[in-house]
Amino acid sequence: MRYIDKFRDPKAAAQIRDSISLLCRQLEEGGRTLRIMEVCGSHTMAISRYGIRSVLGPTVRLISGPGCPVCVTTPGYIDAAIELARTGALILSFGDLLNVPGSMLTLAQARSQGLGVETCYSPLTALEIAARDRKRQVVFLGIGFETTVGPVIAMVDRAHREGIRNLSVLTAFKRVPPVLHALVTDPELKIDAFLLPAHVSAIIGEKPYQVLAERYGKSCVIAGFEPLDILYGINGILQQALSNQVRVDNQYNRVVKPAGNQRASRLIEMYLQPSVADWRGIGQIPFSGYELREQWSAFDAPRRFDMVVPEGHVNPGCRCGDVLRGVSTPPDCPLFGKACMPSQPVGPCMVSSEGTCAAYYRYERPGVKPE
Amino acid sequence: MKTDTIQLAHGGGGRLSRDLIQTEILPRFGQGPLRDLPDGASLDLPDSRVVFTTDSFVVRPLEFPGGNIGNLAVHGTVNDLAVCGASPLWLSLGLILEEGLPMPLLRRVLDTIRDSCSACGVGIATGDIKVVEQGRCDGMYVNTAGIGTRMPGFTLSPGRIRAGDSVIVSGNIADHGMAVLAVRDNLGFKDGPSSDSGPVHRLVSAIQDIAPSIRFMRDPTRGGLAAVVNEMASGLPVDVRIREADVPSDPRTRAVAEMLGLDLFHVASEGRVVAVCDPAVTAEVIDRWRKLSEGSAAGCIGTVTAGSGRVVIETLAGGTRLLDVPAGELLPRIC
Repeated sequence: MRYIDKFRDPKAAAQIRDSISLLCRQLEEGGRTLRIMEVCGSHTMAISRYGIRSVLGPTVRLISGPGCPVCVTTPGYIDAAIELARTGALILSFGDLLNVPGSMLTLAQARSQGLGVETCYSPLTALEIAARDRKRQVVFLGIGFETTVGPVIAMVDRAHREGIRNLSVLTAFKRVPPVLHALVTDPELKIDAFLLPAHVSAIIGEKPYQVLAERYGKSCVIAGFEPLDILYGINGILQQALSNQVRVDNQYNRVVKPAGNQRASRLIEMYLQPSVADWRGIGQIPFSGYELREQWSAFDAPRRFDMVVPEGHVNPGCRCGDVLRGVSTPPDCPLFGKACMPSQPVGPCMVSSEGTCAAYYRYERPGVKPE
Repeated sequence: MKTDTIQLAHGGGGRLSRDLIQTEILPRFGQGPLRDLPDGASLDLPDSRVVFTTDSFVVRPLEFPGGNIGNLAVHGTVNDLAVCGASPLWLSLGLILEEGLPMPLLRRVLDTIRDSCSACGVGIATGDIKVVEQGRCDGMYVNTAGIGTRMPGFTLSPGRIRAGDSVIVSGNIADHGMAVLAVRDNLGFKDGPSSDSGPVHRLVSAIQDIAPSIRFMRDPTRGGLAAVVNEMASGLPVDVRIREADVPSDPRTRAVAEMLGLDLFHVASEGRVVAVCDPAVTAEVIDRWRKLSEGSAAGCIGTVTAGSGRVVIETLAGGTRLLDVPAGELLPRIC
């Protein structure tokens, strides 16, 4: 904790805040606006938790990106998990997936109906439970970006080596570079710069982002999740913008190495192959997911239980795709604050407690006074 | 035959029930009104102005670093009385036990209840035991109700809070919630957080002579500091501004919260009190609390300003944000 505290030092924060204020003023005097997408859900949470929006000038906007793997989980995936629980399988899930709406129910509601749904912090818990009770099918809900894929695949690897055959994974893994590619190739996109994820980059390295700067002219900074990391990241983006430069800076070099984590990458490569993936509120994006290779299909829950993950039902009025691209703001959506609220979210931007829509609902909807 | 687990018959009213009470309850709690096992307790109270409260306790696991469901049940009710400005006197004890509960575990919990009661100067006046079938409850549930008499001088109400007041907390926040979560999720910490479960009535007595300057008190249990501060500000023409850097917390608790992606402001304490007071007595309250072991980390964490019922955090990064009440169950985050 003492190590972390260094990245929360209020004195250092005050200095970098002054620098950001100065850069924001220069940008404003130059008549320029800047839209920065923070790609990762952990950045979104930290920005909100540390009140970082309040230190920016009026012409700099932070837009939350698609980088919360829980929030972009489709209703069909939740439906499939509940379906598996109904067959008597024990479902093990990361905690925050429990409140994500399926077509009819959330996993928390399914649990309250008596179905076997448990939360865990580490995939190894699923392995232990499966090893203890070999008669019961255990299904781990494998969601997450490159960061989380590693530990889940390490679990599969151990189950394979230890001969544990009653454990499988319902995968909805997501890959960051393809979704960023889908965003930047969108002619409507209104994003000038990217604050790039810390932990994902620790796995994949810097290289996959180069194309964002070189071909699409977006300023990019890889930043950690501590308040000082984020402030430095934003400062770096402002400096790039004011000097009309675009490049990928790595502010998080205490963890992110240019080539990423090769060992994790090799393990992923051995078990998984890129596949098309479904994103709640965005739709299908080619190569933006991972699926288990054919030879490991025994660990793939849909193939083991001979089921198809349904499409599920999402309210067609949901405009999260536009909000994520910076094209619309939440109040433009016909569902905002009516059919879609934090207590009954429809799209990913409301599912995440700090998603763009949830934050708008809390702080900026009519009748709520801004700070 | 001597059984070492709870049987359904222990709650059946027959021989096993009687044995359980004779061997486990009376030796621990039978000194006062419980002695002859009447259906109800007759109590002589020193004052007719009493405060009466009840609370039920459900925790998994039943034992955790820093305590078990027993001291939680005593401190929870003692603290509810204390923050109403009352001296706690008597508790009731209702136990709902699950068939199969290990007897040694029950004994440890009852010992803890006895010791916590004696440390708080309260007695068990009446009680009840029921047993439910296996799978119908999480080991055991405990209900305590409590009676205390009003300490003169305290007139506590959120309505008395006004701009300029100070907000004081008696110690590190969120230790209880994080200690329980850390052992529940098998995170394998070697030196993890420890619950702060403990009584706050001495803290309240310590400021009794300046009671008129104390506007409001509450113990930040479920929902944490966020729920308490929002509750007191809501509907009033004031904002509460909390300085994050001044809110005391244990590094072990912070580390677990960090790992699980939880906000300490939303996590329960079980031995702390939050007080709003006239700024003139701020230093006095802190000074007196710090002299007691349970108040050694007390400090002023914020101030009340004119506003519209909001809670604003001045963050470590120098920004500001609104502090909301937690949405519901605390779920560890992966992203």
